[in-house]
Amino acid sequence: MDELLSWGAILGRVAVQFLPVWIALVVTYAVSITFKRRLGLYGKLFDSPVGMIGFGIVMFWVFTALFADQVITHDPLAQFSGMKNKVPGTPLANSPEGQYGWFLFGGDHLARDVFSRMVMGARSVLSIAPAATAFAFMVGITLGVPAGYFGGRLDTSLSFIANLVLAFPVILLFYLLVTPEIRLTGIPVVLAAVLFIFPIIFLTILFNARYFTDPKKRNLYVGIVLVLGFWAYSGLAFNMDPLGVWSMDPNLLNVFVSVVFVNSPTVFRIVRGIVMDLKARDYVAAGQTRGEGPWYIMLWEILPNARGPLIVDFCLRIGYTTILLGTLGFFGLGVAPDSPDWGSTIDDGRKTLSLFPHAAVVPALALMSLVLGLNLLADGLREESLRD
Amino acid sequence: MLTFIARRLGLMLLTAFVLTFVVFFLTNLPPNLEKLARSEGSVRMTDESVAAWIEQNGHGGSVFARYGQWLGVVPGWTRTDDKGVTRGRCIQPRQDPAEAARFCGILQGDWGFSTFFKKDVLPSLSEKLAATGWLMMWVMIVMVPTALVIGVVSGMREGSRTDRVLSTFSIASTATPEYVSGVILVALFASPVTGLSPMLAEWGWIDGRTLFQGAASPDRITFWSFTLPVLTIALYGIGYIARMTRASMTEVMTAQYIRTARLKGVSFGQVVVRHALRNALIAPFTVIMLQFPWLLNGVVIVETLFNYKGFGWTLVQAAGNNDINLLLGCSVVAVFVVLVTQLISDIGYVFLNPRIRLS
Repeated sequence: MDELLSWGAILGRVAVQFLPVWIALVVTYAVSITFKRRLGLYGKLFDSPVGMIGFGIVMFWVFTALFADQVITHDPLAQFSGMKNKVPGTPLANSPEGQYGWFLFGGDHLARDVFSRMVMGARSVLSIAPAATAFAFMVGITLGVPAGYFGGRLDTSLSFIANLVLAFPVILLFYLLVTPEIRLTGIPVVLAAVLFIFPIIFLTILFNARYFTDPKKRNLYVGIVLVLGFWAYSGLAFNMDPLGVWSMDPNLLNVFVSVVFVNSPTVFRIVRGIVMDLKARDYVAAGQTRGEGPWYIMLWEILPNARGPLIVDFCLRIGYTTILLGTLGFFGLGVAPDSPDWGSTIDDGRKTLSLFPHAAVVPALALMSLVLGLNLLADGLREESLRD
Repeated sequence: MLTFIARRLGLMLLTAFVLTFVVFFLTNLPPNLEKLARSEGSVRMTDESVAAWIEQNGHGGSVFARYGQWLGVVPGWTRTDDKGVTRGRCIQPRQDPAEAARFCGILQGDWGFSTFFKKDVLPSLSEKLAATGWLMMWVMIVMVPTALVIGVVSGMREGSRTDRVLSTFSIASTATPEYVSGVILVALFASPVTGLSPMLAEWGWIDGRTLFQGAASPDRITFWSFTLPVLTIALYGIGYIARMTRASMTEVMTAQYIRTARLKGVSFGQVVVRHALRNALIAPFTVIMLQFPWLLNGVVIVETLFNYKGFGWTLVQAAGNNDINLLLGCSVVAVFVVLVTQLISDIGYVFLNPRIRLS
């Protein structure tokens, strides 16, 4: 128990640590491939090797995030004496009973376990990136669909605002928007109040357009959306949830809001472009002749036909959001100093980069593989959705 | 054409005004000013004296008036204190207030004083910009030809083995942000303990302890110190430009006139070089121009990572040290770069693409 592990032994032990993840992956693949003909676009993914590899990598990290508590070997925040900057595979000095005996990927400059921090980093990244991307899509769709459909002055002014945000270099925007000072002024809360209302607006219009001829159903669906929506809204944006279920740390809110803010103009432009293309189709003209309302045509006829490119872009954008979150962490913006997220671990590790590269290289490879997986997945989806 | 350019220019000016105002507003938030007061005055100032300091140094009043002063369209503030000494925005120390200019904003070339560099913003910024210019020049020299060659080669025979290999490379490179590729490149090539360097040093192939250097300086630009930073920035962009070039190349290769040329008996190489290339390079041109804002991100990350004292490094220092004037200066430069490249890309697209006609 006292010697350095060889690279083979390290990889073997890492593979054993990931056991729950492997089981989950095998189950997912077995089930999906068995039923792939009945699963629509998701099932078709399993016809393309690129898509399957990408999906595998993404699901590996998703399951890692889910089972992080079982996968880690040590507390990611605890410091262990004598383990500072130790190389991968170092046995734990004077370890107490029941403690895992090695630092599989070595120790960082504060004598914490690099492996466990990487695993926990997956959780912190994957709990923000997809949600932030989803919010950005809600904002982009809610504004982009009418802008593309109606055109005119609405389109001009919304496009101008989107271009304004896009003309900001992202890093400059982050340095301006994610600071402790700005949290004092309450600007993030205002931004959150504006951005978080879009999902509610979107769902309300969506259900109203579909069911306004059937008031009973309409009142039920819209009522559910409004009650649930404003309940979550009060907690997430203002931290004033009366029941205390929804809440968001002000730090996290700041990061989340800025990432949504940076992403939504691009989504807006994509959605607007697709809608402008689709509104010239015959089925839209047919809908207009039937006397259907503009919102019904937009949300129930055009939008479902735009789903292919939107799903592809959603995957790509989660990857891009991951990169943005990494950038924030890398510059130490808006994250707790001992947070295990990949960006800030890379930043911590780069100070000792030339002598002890493992502390920075491990999270760097993790981040890269996740983004690569998402890009491959998007590529596979694009190929498969173009086929029909 | 002229009305098109004029309209674009007008829109650009409007955008520039709005953007600089937003930056001005965000850098001059009350908490930032309080922090400035405490760092310029004294840390142990009471809240009242902080408020007084802000008022006396021209940071009080409406944000629009201050923006106007900073821009140089509103006369700079002047204030005479109890001892009869008049100070003001445009009055230099030991200068007679009567001789001072009325307006002094960035339009007059007065970009303010940097509390971080302890000198005027304009000279320090231009010096750093020159340093970044060298870096960008080499990035462009490496990135653009590499990306175009990869894109054209993989796009000319869609679905071939070469195409698959090169496309995978492009996807991998777009999945690797600068802070990841930089870290991996340093670990591989510039670390005395891991990667290639220890091996090469043992064999006696290199004199120093590492193959490349993990830090760069604008004073000494050498192949060994510049390779890694340039590669780091270029890698991220190469993938993106290559994918765009590939997409446009595959589209062109399926066009009727290419088939006609092939059927006439022109060789494949001739078709690619003579017929396809020119039309396939229109779309990448726009993409390359629009890459500049992205490069700005890369520059900030790489200059921090390799401790290269250029524009990106300055931006980080300005933001980290609450140097409001310097940060504003950086923003003006960044916004200017972005807008000008957008304009060039729009106009260039119209010039290059004969199918677009403007009334």
